[in-house]
Amino acid sequence: MIHKYKLNGYNLCLDVHSGAVHVLDDIAYDVLDCCDENMTEQVPERVFQKLGQTYGREELEETYAALYELYQAGQLFSKDDYEQFADLMTRAPIKSMCLNISHDCNLRCEYCFAAKGDFGQGRCLMPLETAKKAIDFLIAHSGSRHHLEVDFFGGEPLMNFDVVKQTVEYARSIEKEHNKLFRFTITTNGLLLDDEKTAFINKEMNNVVMSLDGRKEVNDKLRVTPNGKGCYDIIVPKFQKLVASRGDKDYYIRGTFTTFSKDFTADVMHMKELGFEQLSIEPVVSDPKLDYSIKEDDLPRVFQEYERLAKTLIEMRKRGEYFNFFHFMIDLDQGPCAIKRLRGCGCGNEYVAVTPQGDIYPCHQFVGEEAYKMGNLHDGTFDNDMKLRFARANVYSKENCKNCWAKFYCSGGCNANNYQYEGDILKSHKVGCELEKKRLECAIMIKAALADQETDQPMDCDSGDCFAECR
Amino acid sequence: MKATKHIKTLNNANLKESAAKGGCGECQASCQSACKTSCTVANQKCERE
Repeated sequence: MIHKYKLNGYNLCLDVHSGAVHVLDDIAYDVLDCCDENMTEQVPERVFQKLGQTYGREELEETYAALYELYQAGQLFSKDDYEQFADLMTRAPIKSMCLNISHDCNLRCEYCFAAKGDFGQGRCLMPLETAKKAIDFLIAHSGSRHHLEVDFFGGEPLMNFDVVKQTVEYARSIEKEHNKLFRFTITTNGLLLDDEKTAFINKEMNNVVMSLDGRKEVNDKLRVTPNGKGCYDIIVPKFQKLVASRGDKDYYIRGTFTTFSKDFTADVMHMKELGFEQLSIEPVVSDPKLDYSIKEDDLPRVFQEYERLAKTLIEMRKRGEYFNFFHFMIDLDQGPCAIKRLRGCGCGNEYVAVTPQGDIYPCHQFVGEEAYKMGNLHDGTFDNDMKLRFARANVYSKENCKNCWAKFYCSGGCNANNYQYEGDILKSHKVGCELEKKRLECAIMIKAALADQETDQPMDCDSGDCFAECR
Repeated sequence: MKATKHIKTLNNANLKESAAKGGCGECQASCQSACKTSCTVANQKCERE
């Protein structure tokens, strides 16, 4: 299977099952239209019939030969032989946990998937004893995994910061005896950040995700305090201070765009102007009936904006300016292995969420869905059948993913979104899929553009002589 | 990167190779990185690299 497309002056082809990415000149792009999984050494007559009036015979033969060479090398129409690995991880231990340390929040963001902080379960904080039991549970279920991840999440985790600190101390105190290494992260709205919390986060958290939607008017429209005031002026200086003292540790400034902010390139640029470089802005995931939702009708405009953002990133890199956009990050050589790509986030199998009451769910987005409660820390229950069901949710068990060109990049999408908006964890969330595919197309195009820059070979596919310098 | 007159290949195309030696499970869960609401796996790092 291949995926070929044109974007920003580049003719691109992804060979899905080898992962090869090819940049083609116009003739190669056109000849590829005449090829399929059954290429032969001899040029098929249809190539001349279809393209003989546009290109010379010798040129067509030469181009076809180059494509055939890739086919022979397993980099074009390569075979899908991954299904044999689909159930490889069904016995995987649990290694990652979203710890909902607070089901309370000091903001009332309009679009919050957690029902404005309490997940529809009433406002409460996780007691330390529950947090400790969660750490014990993770260690006990982690088998031979060495790296264990805990994300302090909410609600707003800083509202229960003493428990955050004590939980980290507890985990650190027992990790060595169990031959584990905890990696902590925290996701915060920043309102309660102060010097002490900032210092602790920068010391202990491998990653910190700070919520900001970009421009003040965009952020303050939906990210509001209980009395309806925007939070931009309070949080931005605190985030700047945290990042300034963070050194080279990971962080993300993470925003949400809605149908009200489809010009989100301006928000990304605003974050950059504020001094942040690690940026993520994501589409709101919500019921299409809600006024701020990204709906199918919005997709053409959002696609246009992703292209605009991609071109902006390229231009800035060319000027020596840097920012990183989370959804355009792609490592074409050393990204995750194919085994990981078959099942993605691992929710319900390698990854679980725990609530203040000690309830266990497949992930933070399932919290409150009674049918998906997997167990409870206090009564020791855990539904291994449900774990197995999630373990088997992979790109081959999802009908729409099996033959999708993007399957090894999104890895079957978000099971929670699938359930919430399509009614089944195995049915792909259509809007989410379309957005993901567009981001991938942009991410691959950026690689082509930056490779162009590195080799100082400007491409002009319209001239039909893209690679003259490479002869 | 490999380039011929008509085609430039940007990477080593080692996905199949990664299946043979992959699956150690030590890498980060993708939802723990920055997203929490959407899914991108291809931007995760391999723990062995």
